[in-house]
Amino acid sequence: MATSVPGVLAHFAHVDGAADAIRELKATGHKDLTVYCAAHNHELEAAIGDPISPVRLWTLFAGLTGVSAGFSLAIWMSSDWPLLVGGKPITAIPSFVVIGFELTILFGSLATVIAVIVLSAMKSLKGRPYHPKFSDDHIGVFVPCRADQAAAVEQLLTGHGSVEVTRDA
Amino acid sequence: MAVIAHDPSRPTQTHGEVTRDVLATITSKPTKGYYILLGTMAFLTAVLLGTVTMLLKEGLGLAGYAPPIMWSVYITTFVFWVGIGHAGTLISAILFLFRSPWRTAVYRATEAMTVFAVMTAALFPIIHIGRQWIFYWLIPYPNARYLWPNFKSPLLWDVFAISTYLTVSSTFLMVGLIPDIAAVRDHVSGWRKKLYGALSLGWTGADSQWRHYSRAYLYLAALATPLVLSVHSVVSWDFAVSIVPGWHGTIFAPYFVAGAIYSGIGMVLTLMIPLRKVLKVEHMITDYHFDNLSKLTLFTGTILFYAYGMEYFVAWYSGSTFEQTTFWRRAFGPAWWAGWAMIICNAFVSQLLWFKKIRTNLTSLFIISIFINLGMWFERYVIVTSSLANDYIPYAWGQINPTWADWLILLGSFGWFGLWFTLFYKNFPIVAIQEIKEMIPMPRRKVSSHGGAH
Repeated sequence: MATSVPGVLAHFAHVDGAADAIRELKATGHKDLTVYCAAHNHELEAAIGDPISPVRLWTLFAGLTGVSAGFSLAIWMSSDWPLLVGGKPITAIPSFVVIGFELTILFGSLATVIAVIVLSAMKSLKGRPYHPKFSDDHIGVFVPCRADQAAAVEQLLTGHGSVEVTRDA
Repeated sequence: MAVIAHDPSRPTQTHGEVTRDVLATITSKPTKGYYILLGTMAFLTAVLLGTVTMLLKEGLGLAGYAPPIMWSVYITTFVFWVGIGHAGTLISAILFLFRSPWRTAVYRATEAMTVFAVMTAALFPIIHIGRQWIFYWLIPYPNARYLWPNFKSPLLWDVFAISTYLTVSSTFLMVGLIPDIAAVRDHVSGWRKKLYGALSLGWTGADSQWRHYSRAYLYLAALATPLVLSVHSVVSWDFAVSIVPGWHGTIFAPYFVAGAIYSGIGMVLTLMIPLRKVLKVEHMITDYHFDNLSKLTLFTGTILFYAYGMEYFVAWYSGSTFEQTTFWRRAFGPAWWAGWAMIICNAFVSQLLWFKKIRTNLTSLFIISIFINLGMWFERYVIVTSSLANDYIPYAWGQINPTWADWLILLGSFGWFGLWFTLFYKNFPIVAIQEIKEMIPMPRRKVSSHGGAH
């Protein structure tokens, strides 16, 4: 993969070593790390320390939009061509609960997926190195840094048990 | 030294072994048997398409519709396939929220089954409506007729429920697949790398991706959980909201949901018992998983047992002649064989699963799963047709006479479902790589205070 962001890429085989390295890197001012892992890992997540994802807000607002849209659609369309069916009122709210419910789920789910795509894209990974071992059994830590900082970063990563360290540009 | 028993719900492989074993199911050369299976499914799909084309040309006269039975094999098969879909979402979403670790090994296959079963089910209302080319009139859109659909009709609720279910279950499947497709991308070459690269949507497993993905997956599961319970409830209301004897029951929603999950797990067993051997993943999908699936089958089968008994009890207790006659004729009328097939295959056969020897014997489990599939199709056949056959006026009573077009479309639906599933399991990870890995403790440099890796 072509890389353009200068920095150091480390492979870890041990999760505690990677988590310790991340914590120390953050403490020494390297905030813009990229950590790769084949599976979601709570220990790494805690070490990275990012705030909770705002995906939930997308889900909530889309769900609320869905329930409003479902009821509005059914009420407006029933009123637009008022036909008495089975002696029920034109606006028969209990009948419309299913429509409101289904659109809550539909809007909420689609917005959740869109949120992952949009929010993930907001942090560009372009130019950052990647290795196929990161989808297998290695944890990757990429530290963007200047050439004069690279030696110290490499030493820190190796000190925490990195099994492979490469310097990019 | 304390001996710690191995938890059978936890995988024993390393991360690298999981990647290797699951990828082998995709990268290994397809066998002759695979091509025979694929060819058979493609042939049955062609039978389905051919028969539907004839039905389009000739009209519903080709199907066995005659008053008073104007809902028959197609609606039966629609409910059957929607029901099959329910086990997938139960296992993938509901058991995810309950943090049941054993679901991880089997959920991908069941989720794929859900999507393909709902895709199959969705064909049937369209086939059934007669003028199939204007099926889109069901969708509320601004039109030249200045008409809107009737939102008080359960049939329209069903349109919303099924289309939402198809969209959300497909989304849930695809979202779960993204990290696994990325793993495949990283281990194949040539055109496959390009294809899986495009399908992985740029996934690298970076922390900025996991941060949003893991939360999103939780919310999707939380949304899919009430959805799965609602969909078969809405399907049941297609019947229960009418005042036809045998349909107008308040227990219909929970009765249908339990039946749907029961039938879905039956199909999971039918598919997974041979598949795990073919794909050589017996060490990942173990007897322990089948034992748990059997317990779920027993649980839902027992609910069905109760529901069947309650239907007959309520018919007797209601004092309504029409209800009583309908249920009497279910058991002793001209279609008694269908009524008893449903009760024996579902209520009684499922009770065999109380015995651990049967639950852990895959041959007996496979045979039971076939009975479940048959029994659940008959259940819907009995519910749909027997009530219509014995309406309020004995003068108008009739019997169903399914035609070759009914049977070929039913048979072809298995081909359509099977074709998608056969293509899926050879081209996508049938076991969820990243979720299995999430359950395996990663190697540690330091021994933690409570001994070993946590």
